[in-house]
Amino acid sequence: MASLVHRHLEAAPVPPAVHIRGLNRSFDGRRVIEGLDLTITAGEFVVLLGASGCGKSTLLRILGDLDRDFDGEVDVPARRAVAFQAPRLMPWKPVWRNVVLGLPGRPDRALAERALAEVGLSHRTDVWPKVLSGGEAQRASLARALVRDPELLLLDEPFAALDALTRIKAQALVAELWQRHRCAVLLVTHDVEEAALLADRVLVMKDGVIAHEHRIDLPRPRDVADPDIARLRGRFLDWLGVHH
Amino acid sequence: MTLIQPIRGAPQLERLRPATPRKGPPRALRRAMGPLLLVALWQAASMTGVLPSEVLAAPSTVIGSATELARTGELQDAILVSLRRVIFGLAIGGGIGVILAITAGLTRLGEDLVDAPMQMIRTVPNVALIPLLIIWLGIGEAPKIALIALATAFPLYINVYAGIRGVDQTLVEAARTLGLSRAAMVRHVILPGALPNALVGFRYALGVAWLALVFGEQINATAGIGYLMATAREFFQTDVIVVCLVVYALLGLAVDFIVRLLERSLLAWRPSFIGT
Repeated sequence: MASLVHRHLEAAPVPPAVHIRGLNRSFDGRRVIEGLDLTITAGEFVVLLGASGCGKSTLLRILGDLDRDFDGEVDVPARRAVAFQAPRLMPWKPVWRNVVLGLPGRPDRALAERALAEVGLSHRTDVWPKVLSGGEAQRASLARALVRDPELLLLDEPFAALDALTRIKAQALVAELWQRHRCAVLLVTHDVEEAALLADRVLVMKDGVIAHEHRIDLPRPRDVADPDIARLRGRFLDWLGVHH
Repeated sequence: MTLIQPIRGAPQLERLRPATPRKGPPRALRRAMGPLLLVALWQAASMTGVLPSEVLAAPSTVIGSATELARTGELQDAILVSLRRVIFGLAIGGGIGVILAITAGLTRLGEDLVDAPMQMIRTVPNVALIPLLIIWLGIGEAPKIALIALATAFPLYINVYAGIRGVDQTLVEAARTLGLSRAAMVRHVILPGALPNALVGFRYALGVAWLALVFGEQINATAGIGYLMATAREFFQTDVIVVCLVVYALLGLAVDFIVRLLERSLLAWRPSFIGT
């Protein structure tokens, strides 16, 4: 039972990648996050679900150091990366230069090429970002995040703007990249199926706190057609207050 | 239950034709036709006496005078002197405009100190400053270059400033998550983002540079195209005046061409420039 032993070892205390205690954030007096506690362990894939406006994106922005108007304790790794819903590539830099933008030293083309190969964009190394299709641009954005070798990867609805077919491929790619890089991931989404497919742990945010939490131990890669996935999907919808 | 509809006979089909390439002369030739027709009309009016030479010299006379002026070297000298004035004026004025715009665009302090005075001075007509410039700088090259510098500083200032302030905030945020320092942010995100606007400003500055040159060279010039024109006026040489006007127009056209080339290479990342 080698796998059981392995399981057991993994269950030993794992260092945290994110540690939040008593986080508050309000906009003009309106409390969006209220006394939130959250720990994400190193290498864990956490999906944060929530209805629009529940504060899930605000939480991600705080973790990405884009929002500093909060109080509470927030510890995140120094090496972290963000991929946004829109790819946000600098349109005036060729794809490969976008990938290595912000890395110290001279732009390392070989490094960019390796990262682009990993997301299947080798043939797009030299083009301008505006020439890319939506899915390609999103993959370039992923390459840009992963090339920094992050210990925490923050994904803000990265698939929301993609068409259904591209989204399925992109989700599979993220699952695969995560298994290779083993960084902690916090993915914000309102897609319950996506949560069931990708997460080690699903969090549902409501009224400024984590209202529900569920650990998913299903093997990977997961299949949408799996009845377990369908059951999880239903449960998450219930938690989100969507009657189906 | 749905009923199966009976077939109502074969539908009438029509053949769609793909677009055929437009016939006729090439585009460039067609575009040249307008000006050429105008010149032909002008020549005809001069030859029939409808347009006396004291009012406007015939195109043939103008071409003759142009070749004569070119042969003696007068025309080339005048063009060189005028070009030099524009280049110096533009370098000084444009440099100041861009530096002030970056100062005002990047820092709140810079905005407070620079923007209000710039917006105020901008509304003063440059030409109204000629008397002051003469008192300050004399009647040599300095007031002419200063006038061009003044005229070109503002369009560059306004457009570069607007460009910097108009940079996509989502890109600035993305750059922050990539750990760009402030200097790197300016170099890799803010300035490239402001470039399309800056080039609009540059194009505008070049336009007003020629305008300022015409005014500047009307005052006490001893060389340059404006000087050539002023002396021609003394002797009622409408042909020389027209030559000078044509030179101004051609220089403007050449400069616009240069800006187009610049845009094509600097803004190659814009989708509108693909395949040109």
